[in-house]
Amino acid sequence: MNCIIIDDEATARVIIGQMCTSIKNLIVLDEFPNAIQAIKYLNQNEVDLIFLDIHMPEFTGFDFIQTLKNPPKIILTTSDPKFAIEAFEYDCIVDYLVKPITQERFQKAITKAESFTNKSTNVNSTSEKVETSSGNDLYVNIDRRLIKIDIPSIYLIEAKGDYILIKTEDKNYTVHSTLKKIENKLPDNLFLKVHRSFVINTKKIIDIEDNSVLIKKDVIPVSRSNRPELMRRLNLL
Amino acid sequence: MERPNLSYIESMSGGDKTFERKLIDIIKEEFPIEKEVYFTNIKSKNNKLTAEIVHKLKHKISILGLEKSYEIAIAFENNLIEGQYELQEDFEAVLQLITDYLKQL
Repeated sequence: MNCIIIDDEATARVIIGQMCTSIKNLIVLDEFPNAIQAIKYLNQNEVDLIFLDIHMPEFTGFDFIQTLKNPPKIILTTSDPKFAIEAFEYDCIVDYLVKPITQERFQKAITKAESFTNKSTNVNSTSEKVETSSGNDLYVNIDRRLIKIDIPSIYLIEAKGDYILIKTEDKNYTVHSTLKKIENKLPDNLFLKVHRSFVINTKKIIDIEDNSVLIKKDVIPVSRSNRPELMRRLNLL
Repeated sequence: MERPNLSYIESMSGGDKTFERKLIDIIKEEFPIEKEVYFTNIKSKNNKLTAEIVHKLKHKISILGLEKSYEIAIAFENNLIEGQYELQEDFEAVLQLITDYLKQL
């Protein structure tokens, strides 16, 4: 599990960082004195867990959570116990640590975070099914507008650095996101990652030759490790 | 009056003296800055900002094992939120106590 620490007090960041070193497999990726810097970081990186202070100037911990579309697990760290009830209104909040934090209480929070991973995975797979069966639409944020895309019309998604290019029957869209994020929103029975940079709609394949597939006019490479799954999906004669 | 101590820092350091020194140095660096912010805000009678910095200072008070002083800080923070200055002298005495203690470290 990896994590980041957000706290405007350096003393608190050092203490939490030290406590993290005593937990096996918990890696501190970075630490931030304010929420704005953390948001910038999270736009480029994925984390499993955030230690988040509530009381910070300008942007509180709760303000920060509300900016996150898919918040990771969050452990609140604060000197103020009075926000505990509000905290548990957020599904992503695993625990609420009141400063000064003891090593024992910290360990307990980490144990909760680890078991929370399993629950969260189950929730995700459930919601994926619901989306697949009940909705054919995907909304993407482009220039502060949420644009609806008909999922079956997508035939290809290509990773392009910090962006993805979504190609549909009618139009192409460039969106600030990752292949991993969009993969989680697409139905498994239609879409398959065939290469580290490409997800394809398998129903739109025209032909397959050696280690590539032809979709519309695009020739897409298929990596060796993904080829067996692709072949399994085809209705071979 | 109670005396500051390093019990909390030692309990969480696991005997790591380098870490203890690092944490003490950071407290010595941060505390005077926060104290100055406190006096600026209280002087200008900005209760909201004063309460915020008292809130922040509370953590250091607790780290230094000052349990009764911590209670004073909580009460003073609440007083400030309600626009009152009761416990100001007591809180400032705590700040002085920490200032003197940090000089010895």
